[in-house]
Amino acid sequence: MNSKVILLNIFRWVILLFVQIFLLRNLIFYNLSTPFIYVLFLLVLPFRIPNILLFIIAFGTGLTIDTFYDTIGVHTTACVALAFVRILFISVSLNRDSIDEPEPSLGNMGIKWFSIYALLCIFVHHIFVFFLEAFKLNEFYYTLTRSLLSVVFTLFVVLLVEFIFHNRKSS
Amino acid sequence: MRNLWIFVSRYNAFFFFIIFFTVGIILTIKNNAYQHSITLNSTNAIVGSAYERLNVAKRYLNLGQVNDSLALENAKLRTELIALKNVDSSKTAVIKDTVYHQQYTLVSAKVIKNSINLANNIITINRGTNAGIEKDMAVISPQRGIIGFVLHVSPQFATIRTLLNKETLISVTIKKNNAFGSLVWGDGNFDVSKAFVKEIPNHFKLNVGDTIITSGAGGFPKGIEVGRISKPRSNAGDGSIEIKLFNDFSTLQYVYVIKNRLAQEQKTLETQLPNEQ
Repeated sequence: MNSKVILLNIFRWVILLFVQIFLLRNLIFYNLSTPFIYVLFLLVLPFRIPNILLFIIAFGTGLTIDTFYDTIGVHTTACVALAFVRILFISVSLNRDSIDEPEPSLGNMGIKWFSIYALLCIFVHHIFVFFLEAFKLNEFYYTLTRSLLSVVFTLFVVLLVEFIFHNRKSS
Repeated sequence: MRNLWIFVSRYNAFFFFIIFFTVGIILTIKNNAYQHSITLNSTNAIVGSAYERLNVAKRYLNLGQVNDSLALENAKLRTELIALKNVDSSKTAVIKDTVYHQQYTLVSAKVIKNSINLANNIITINRGTNAGIEKDMAVISPQRGIIGFVLHVSPQFATIRTLLNKETLISVTIKKNNAFGSLVWGDGNFDVSKAFVKEIPNHFKLNVGDTIITSGAGGFPKGIEVGRISKPRSNAGDGSIEIKLFNDFSTLQYVYVIKNRLAQEQKTLETQLPNEQ
């Protein structure tokens, strides 16, 4: 990892968390669907990042979001779960030695692989966020609806952002 | 030993996951169970001032609404002032009651961070111990309606656990017949304009539109208007009553924190009772 990659990721982190905290925190549809775009940062971290570093970054990012949301632990746990799913999915779907792309973005990996990857990670993350926040199962279907609709919303925004950046790079 | 090490390093992702995940879960549970031990919340000076700065812009956009509400409050106060001035003083005896004189004083505060979308909503205000705010003080809204209780205080800021929180329980009565009940919000309800009154005995006749006021127990002064009944006996089973709240949490800009001069005295006395919690 050279310094350019590190700088790019720090830049991404700042922008995505800023947007999440000061803009998307106030955005919700019918009390049901709310996007957590900041997970995109964890999705597109480089392939070669060591596992321990990935977990530390995920933990820190979650804790930062939690601090602003006043929900200590909820996003932290969800981000750690996301990091684990990310490692699992990459090791199952790709041969680690033959990876020659720097990072798992839409432009590098193609729409099919990236959508499945993003869907899985976002799904796990949102399920953890909403169920840990409710912290009980007697509103199960309501919480499930909330998380599934939010998955759709987040996935849409993530793909949108990736499309925009992909096109800008190639042109 | 060597085999164990190989095993651990081969599946390192899993072990890291277990470690970090456990830490996350512990954080969550601790926060849910005690709601304390936290400096990482918005009473934190850095986060607090960030929100305050953001709010300068937000407040500007809402000036119209705030002006309206202030004008309304002014009108109300003036009406009361006129009423008080016109009291026939020759017939009213002046009682200098130094014990009960001004039991309650209000401290106004600006809301610098509001939240209504979560299952447990907490708002942050820009007054803290420097302004005399203490934990568990009651908070009301400038027009009609109640907000909640003070949760944490720092010198400059305080967080308030609002009514829109599963933990909040407020003692209320029905204005026309003084039946006691408790006001709750959560349990499958995520509508910020609705709440439920529980534990009202079945023999009281209730109508749509009856006013609910605070009962005077548990921090709030008696008689603050909370809302109107919108569905008497909504769920036949548990006998809870659905009410529509007077205040709108989503446009909250200012709140009043109620200082009760006699709170300490009352609390000390009540802890001496053997069977009350």
